[in-house]
Amino acid sequence: MSLASNRTSSSDEPQPAATATAAQTANERPQYGPPPAQGHGHRGPMRPGTGSTEKAISFGPSLRRLIGHLRPHRFAIIGVIVMTILGTALSAMGPAILGRATDLIFDAAVRDRVPIDFVAVGRVLLIALAVYLGYFLLSAISAYVINSVVQLSVYRMRQQVSEKIIRLPLSYFDAQPRGELLSRVTNDVDNISQTLQQTLSQILNNIFTLISVVAMMFVVSWQLAIVALVTIPIAMGLTVFIGKRSQVLFAKTWKSTGELNAQVEEAYSGHELVTVFGRRREVRAHFAAKNQELYEASFGAQFISGIIMPVMFFVGNLNYVVIAVFGGLMVTSGTLGIGAIQAFVQYSRQFTHPITGLASMANLLQSGIASAERVFQVLDAPEQSADRTGALPERIEGRVTFENVDFGYSPDAPLIENLSLVADPGSTIAIVGPTGAGKTTLVNLILRFYELQGGRIAIDGVDIASVPRRDLRSHIGMVLQDTWLFGGTVRDNIAYGRAGATPDEVEAAARASYADHFIRTLPDGYDTVINDEATNLSAGEKQLLTIARAFLSEPDILILDEATSSVDTRTEVLVQKAMNRLRADRTSFVIAHRLSTIRDADVILVMENGSIVEQGDHEQLLAAHGAYARLYRSQFAAAAVTEEPLVPAEAFETPEGERWNARMES
Amino acid sequence: MMRLLAQYLRPYLPQLTAVVLLQLTQAIASLFLPTLNAAIIDDGIATGNTGTIWRLGGVMLLVSFAQISAQIAAIWFGARAAMGFGRDLREALFEHGLEFSAQEVGRFGAPTLITRNTNDVQQVQMLVLMTATMIVSAPLTAIGGILMALREDVGLSWIILAAVILLGGVIGMLIAQMGPLFGTLQLRIDTINRVLREQITGLRVIRAFTREASEAERFDIANIELTDTATRAGRRMAMMFPSVFIVLNLSSVAVVWFGAFRIADGNLEVGQLTAYLAYLAQILMSVMMSTMMLMIAPRAAVSAARIREVLTTGSTVAPPRNPVVPATRTGVLEMREVGFTYPGAASPVLDGISFTAHPGTTTAIIGSTGSGKTTLVNLIPRLYDVTSGSVALDGVDVRELDPDVLWGRIGLVPQRPYLFSGTVASNLRMGDPEASDADLWRALEIAQARDFVERMPHGLDAPIAQGGSNVSGGQRQRLAIARALVRRPSIYIFDDSFSALDVSTDAALRAALAREVSDATVVTVAQRVSTIRDADQIVVLDAGRVAGVGTHDELLESCPTYDEIVDSQFRPEDEEVNA
Repeated sequence: MSLASNRTSSSDEPQPAATATAAQTANERPQYGPPPAQGHGHRGPMRPGTGSTEKAISFGPSLRRLIGHLRPHRFAIIGVIVMTILGTALSAMGPAILGRATDLIFDAAVRDRVPIDFVAVGRVLLIALAVYLGYFLLSAISAYVINSVVQLSVYRMRQQVSEKIIRLPLSYFDAQPRGELLSRVTNDVDNISQTLQQTLSQILNNIFTLISVVAMMFVVSWQLAIVALVTIPIAMGLTVFIGKRSQVLFAKTWKSTGELNAQVEEAYSGHELVTVFGRRREVRAHFAAKNQELYEASFGAQFISGIIMPVMFFVGNLNYVVIAVFGGLMVTSGTLGIGAIQAFVQYSRQFTHPITGLASMANLLQSGIASAERVFQVLDAPEQSADRTGALPERIEGRVTFENVDFGYSPDAPLIENLSLVADPGSTIAIVGPTGAGKTTLVNLILRFYELQGGRIAIDGVDIASVPRRDLRSHIGMVLQDTWLFGGTVRDNIAYGRAGATPDEVEAAARASYADHFIRTLPDGYDTVINDEATNLSAGEKQLLTIARAFLSEPDILILDEATSSVDTRTEVLVQKAMNRLRADRTSFVIAHRLSTIRDADVILVMENGSIVEQGDHEQLLAAHGAYARLYRSQFAAAAVTEEPLVPAEAFETPEGERWNARMES
Repeated sequence: MMRLLAQYLRPYLPQLTAVVLLQLTQAIASLFLPTLNAAIIDDGIATGNTGTIWRLGGVMLLVSFAQISAQIAAIWFGARAAMGFGRDLREALFEHGLEFSAQEVGRFGAPTLITRNTNDVQQVQMLVLMTATMIVSAPLTAIGGILMALREDVGLSWIILAAVILLGGVIGMLIAQMGPLFGTLQLRIDTINRVLREQITGLRVIRAFTREASEAERFDIANIELTDTATRAGRRMAMMFPSVFIVLNLSSVAVVWFGAFRIADGNLEVGQLTAYLAYLAQILMSVMMSTMMLMIAPRAAVSAARIREVLTTGSTVAPPRNPVVPATRTGVLEMREVGFTYPGAASPVLDGISFTAHPGTTTAIIGSTGSGKTTLVNLIPRLYDVTSGSVALDGVDVRELDPDVLWGRIGLVPQRPYLFSGTVASNLRMGDPEASDADLWRALEIAQARDFVERMPHGLDAPIAQGGSNVSGGQRQRLAIARALVRRPSIYIFDDSFSALDVSTDAALRAALAREVSDATVVTVAQRVSTIRDADQIVVLDAGRVAGVGTHDELLESCPTYDEIVDSQFRPEDEEVNA
């Protein structure tokens, strides 16, 4: 996280630690690849990523916007700036004061050969002590404040993204891989917090240190200061020169790392296939090539970025010699004290650091801004349309009408055109059709997960687009094939159906949906905690829980998606019974896969390629010998026909039609 | 960690030796600099001797140049060694992981294996790099600095000692407090990740049940906890540098004060005092560098342990030392009293399973969730090895066969029909790299995939995203079936491979398959009775045991478990509900 252990950077620290900053700075980019699954290890300070190759698109505006996020803390930040100015000024004064003490000693002991005035030296040193303590307090307090400001800012940023997710239309999530979005909330926000944490304190610190050091040099001796300043352009030029090269190499490193990560992921995701299809050799060779690429790029990046500090150190020494030569001449000519030289030496040491510091901040900021832009992209994504203020009747009968509905997931690819249908209160509407015919789309529209392109959907005559989404959805219950349970107790998961449900109500709902029995066989009954992947429940049991959840919500309108497979047979009977009971007296839309459900439905909607090709009940549709009849034969009779060709398909239509029972007697 | 480092750094011993020597040179050179500085002041500036200043300045630049040359060379060798170490370790991990059986992959889980292969290696690699390029010189500089300082003046050495102890103590205390905080932080981040992940996957449910408010609250709790921990850890971090500088500055003041007395006594020169201050800074910075090591090392150690865990896990499926070549190649598959128990599990997943699958016939395996169907078929290509009994192909135990020979004869369509990133063609050619386009189209046709592949923008060269996420579930299954068909194996394994197909496609596909693979041995796992009714032999599994073997009709007569399965899927339950 932002407080990665080995963050080191300060304007006036010696070169080795600062090298660490440069190296890590470049490495601490979020990983935009697949979401790391393991808690540990993936968020160390050396976390590489592929996305870092993305250049900040609009650096200036994004930077301003990021700074805008700190607005609520502007007073604290102003305080920090004041403290930083004072602190750097104090820290810059330190060497000068120590130098004065040295002067006193030197003048007495060396030049004048008189006893040292310890009282005077002591007085000067006490001032130095006070100055250093002041510096310590100021720097500690401002670091403390910055930490709080940054943490609070990223807290708000995460919160904003979380709130935004609630307001985004579902279509946004269709286009966005889940891992990618997660990465923005965690990795990118982290990266922003690291960037802010470091840059807030360091940029100010470096700038003020540079200014105050230069100022102090002029105070001590303006002639020497001018001489010393000659090295500034050299230092800056070298930093920029090396920095540019290392940045290219780092970008390459991240790209290679991302690609390698993808390869490893793929090899493990398809591990059994790689094995059984005998592809190990090829996969290995592929990996080795990428791995070598990564090695070369990362070596280059580390080497180039590593030499910045030694080079700066050399420039510093060059500076020292120049100062010594000129200073020596000045001392000889009596224009300068020996203490001033000593102070100057210390200043010259201090002053290449802020320059390199600023260079590495620029790097860091670039990465932080890239992350900020990715977060801003989420925050700026178009939201679903604002809720209107209409209202549904107090008591809902449950008449659902589609009136000339047009819809497509993207406007240029219409999926549903001019669809009209009426679902009477309490009726069951079975939606059938081949895979991909658009059955789920109908459900999405009723819940208003997506907006229509034309026509309207009404409940009891009220256009669902005219009422707040919450109100609409509070009347609709839903059981999807894809059961969604969260990490919590069984009770919590059922209670999810209705806020504020009592334990008794939860258990009643569980009983109504045939879930009570199996729940009581769980180790802790209703208080059994469902783990992350819900591996402690079977697929059928999960479905029962989601049915219980729907029961609890007491919906007027129901949406059911029958499971096609993967439910063990005994539980399936229960699921089926529970769904039937849930359906009773409610207007229900069922994406149906079971013969019984379809046959009992009041209306069967046969969908093909997004449009409803037939409507009617079972009998009518079979008699029509259209799409339904074809589908029916292939779906529910195919196996039977090949197995027992003597039984005509019409056998299904006999009133009791339980051919399935008949075969038991055969 | 040490063992891992020792093993994988051995090839880089020359580079590392060079690093140590160069860093030693560098440290010595850098220790000379303050002495030269002092000499310039004492002998040059103080005496007003410009010639001496020039001479000493020249020497100083030479020393300085030597120092940075050594340092740059050390970084070069260090980066070579560290990055090479990382590369080798990644390769070793990857190759080791490839040899794993499904059991090891399943035990670790693919995500953590991926993390270990890249991120964990990076942590250790970074430790090596930092050590080689910076940290290794820290103790050298510190010791050298102390020696040089003692050479300048022994009388002030107690200040150095006190400062080192004070600094070590303060930093040690901060790190000790940060350690557990970082651990907690990790957990908090995991939590926020989990909550958000749940919220995104359950978006429809959340909206349908209008629970946005309670979800926002759940996220906020996780967010607050994360912020809280991060803030507390951050405060410790914030104290680090101010602490280092106050110790450094206080001891500088002490050096000047007590140095003044030594100068008054004639035991010290002023230039020496300046040099002393420089050494002091050097020593304390070295101490700080060493403590930095203390901060990275625990993290890297955890990573190293995670890496070693993978490397020391042997594959439960080892290739035979002397592979047996079967006398015939007909494709007769036999299960002989097969049993399988997961390591450490109390009860077996499979127990005493026997049946024979002949070429030209289809064997279907059916049973409720958790009855061991997938495990059973995975024993054939040795994704797992039996724990009792044996699986034999053409009369030879699969464990005796050359794995390449064994796999060459199997066409597997796994439960999760994974597709690799690339193109339709590159996925199909996994089955047979030599296959012609015509072969591919034929396989697609049988798999009922020709139509949609033809409709894709580039046909066979249409891009496939990782995992096949850009095609629908049904299309994915059909492509996976086509991939197995391209291989033309003698044994087909379909593990619930028709579940995402609507039943008419399913029927057409099975009819085409029946024609195509008429002389192969087909083993198919199914959930739906309708998919397997026409199988030559149906094996009914119940809790890892065979509940019955026979044709559909035979089983209806003889096997109550089968009857129950058929019942649940076909009998209209309205009677039951009404009853």
